[in-house]
Amino acid sequence: MDLSSVDLIVDKYQEKRTALISILHDVQDRYKYLPDEALKMVASRLRMDINEIYGVATFYKSFSLIPKGKHSITLCLGTACHVRGGPKILRGVKKQLNIEPGQTTLDKQFSLNVVNCLGVCAIGPVMFLDGKFYGEMNPLKAKRMIEKINKNNKNKKKNGVKS
Amino acid sequence: MRKIKSVSDLEKWREDIIKKQKGYEMVVSVCGGTGCHAYGCKKVRDQFAKGIKQNGFHKKIRLRFTGCRGFCERGPIVTIQPQGIFYQRVQEKDVPLIITETVGQGKIIERLLYEDSNTKRKVDSEKEIPFYKAQHRLVLGNNGLIEPTKIEDYIGIGGYRALTKALFKMESHQIISEIKASGLRGRGGAGFPTGKKWEDCRKAPGNTKYVICNCDEGDPGAYMDRSLLEGNPHSVLEGMIIGAFAIGAKQGFIYVRHEYPLACKNAETAIQQARKVGLLGKNILGSGFDFDVEIAKGGGAFVCGESTALIASIEGRVGEPRSKQIHTVTRGLWEKPTNLNNVETWANVPLIINQGSQWFYSIGTENSKGTKIFSLVGKVKNTGLVEVPMGITLKEIIFDIGGGQQDGRRIKAVQTGGPSGGCIPASLFDLSIDFDSLTEAGSMMGSGGMIVMDEGTCMVDVAKYFVHFLQEESCGKCLPCREGLKRMGEILDRITEGKGNDEDLSLLEELAEVVADTSLCGLGKTAPNPVLSALRYFRPEFEAHIHQKRCPAGVCTPLIQYSISEVDCTGCGACAKICPTQAIKGEKKQSHLILAEICSKCGSCKDVCQANAVMVQ
Repeated sequence: MDLSSVDLIVDKYQEKRTALISILHDVQDRYKYLPDEALKMVASRLRMDINEIYGVATFYKSFSLIPKGKHSITLCLGTACHVRGGPKILRGVKKQLNIEPGQTTLDKQFSLNVVNCLGVCAIGPVMFLDGKFYGEMNPLKAKRMIEKINKNNKNKKKNGVKS
Repeated sequence: MRKIKSVSDLEKWREDIIKKQKGYEMVVSVCGGTGCHAYGCKKVRDQFAKGIKQNGFHKKIRLRFTGCRGFCERGPIVTIQPQGIFYQRVQEKDVPLIITETVGQGKIIERLLYEDSNTKRKVDSEKEIPFYKAQHRLVLGNNGLIEPTKIEDYIGIGGYRALTKALFKMESHQIISEIKASGLRGRGGAGFPTGKKWEDCRKAPGNTKYVICNCDEGDPGAYMDRSLLEGNPHSVLEGMIIGAFAIGAKQGFIYVRHEYPLACKNAETAIQQARKVGLLGKNILGSGFDFDVEIAKGGGAFVCGESTALIASIEGRVGEPRSKQIHTVTRGLWEKPTNLNNVETWANVPLIINQGSQWFYSIGTENSKGTKIFSLVGKVKNTGLVEVPMGITLKEIIFDIGGGQQDGRRIKAVQTGGPSGGCIPASLFDLSIDFDSLTEAGSMMGSGGMIVMDEGTCMVDVAKYFVHFLQEESCGKCLPCREGLKRMGEILDRITEGKGNDEDLSLLEELAEVVADTSLCGLGKTAPNPVLSALRYFRPEFEAHIHQKRCPAGVCTPLIQYSISEVDCTGCGACAKICPTQAIKGEKKQSHLILAEICSKCGSCKDVCQANAVMVQ
């Protein structure tokens, strides 16, 4: 793994221990998760105990220690989305992808996450798929969106395009 | 962008901006709030930009991509000034017509206007729409007048005028007196008097002090802080600079949730612009006052909305609260005196300085002054952000502004205050809302989430939802919160699975009392509120789950069964089409059947059935 980016990130924050959360955000933006080697390197550069770094990385929900899938699905389960049927969508998606929130499918295509509020409450239930918000969702809409991505992937494979 | 070194520089710049703006005959504003983004407003904006240029209108028409306008449910929203035309649910394909008809010939396109559902009348201006009519948009109103990423727009509407007044015409103690006299209380939830907090921080010994803006809006169902920081970041910055000057701080932080990328981006842009022109940094406007602001990103932990946990997070540590025997105004960030206020509180400051404490004091109730922004969401017709004077009744908000029930089901409660608040039943909707009345009713103001619930919402399920929410978000430092909530969650799980018994409710109440009395921070202390308020107002629903093993709202899946009435089913097939698990069988025009073993109990079939043939038992 190329860890030169980690060095640059730590340099950017002048090796400040107080910048740990910002550093971890930047590392995650670069690698899409927090790789073990990267955390060890952050620990050594900041002269901190690796346990302390793990403490922070596991306390905050935004950080993931496992690689993310190609497509990221985040379901909002804030109160407004909850009363408008968010949990029903979650049940359906879990069943369809056969994973629990926080996990990635075996084929590394999808990662599923739930979040306590995305702040788009007026148009709930909300799903955040690959960086885009989708409002007024229902179990069927979610199912079709995932099917569509799967279908596109299959077509790409068939046509010899690397996904 | 020019460098402003004095008040006269700023006023000269303002004159130039206003002159330039007067050169435009028309302003087309496309709402760029997050809600409208989900409906594709960016494409609408791009289409306008293209169309205006193609038609050669770009010199006389200004296109503005504003922050959130509040009526998110009707997005994307487009307004046209000076006529004040309000178009809703505008799609990319509507844009060419708007440009030729409305922009080119001044004609109104009926189809895009808002229709008042009561009178069936089309309404052409924002002021006439019931959703906006009863509002008093002091803080939020400017969102529609500016483009958040353009400092010139903010200066054009009188921005940073309060700052010049504070820096050059007032002493710091006068600013604090003014804020105290205004009666402004913290908009983050607890309602602590802002002026008092500032005074305590100013008086605290030490030369290094900090101010913090709390935009860790973790309260589910509330998004006013997001919309303010996204839509009018300079108003928040201006408030912070004034506060820092009054308190004697040289450094400030805006702590933003990681889930709010646009708010982070717009706040960052605003900070950079303010630095560039000299409204942040050394010797602001030649006053000799130095102040700068940085953004600190959160990591998705609800507890970090609590001041001491937030401070720990800025310091790069795990966000665990500490005991508040010594307040943060005395010992906060890096052990230095720190003043922390919510986004909305900061945004109120320039208004008070500009228009005076007496003006602000005249709005609201005896102990709660000014306006409050609520996010009106859930099972209500008009959802969005509403700003109303304190003292308005719940009924006015939910029925006059919100338009009442959404899909034929009677509204039975409203939840305020997020996981620290509670559910207020419809019988109390005449309650005039302020900090104290909501607390008395067993809920609280919180940051302003207002989630409407109807007959299709199970109050036991809602109580369970909040307890599990808090259990997950508990930092785990103190035992009553960590263990108590877990046990409360288990009891509620049992009840919703039909395994509850007679002792469960008294056990719940006993546990709730212990958690509230013995937890360390606000999260644990208020955690039992949702359960206690649900028990106080909706006890029969709990009893139905326990004694009759029945969920009256038809939500708790272990207790319900979906079936189709043979008599009512018309065999249209809509349910079979929408069923995500293909659990519905039946020939066309014949009565359909739900296969219980495959049914995921999602209720989609019930939502689509025109004949009301889907039954929940």
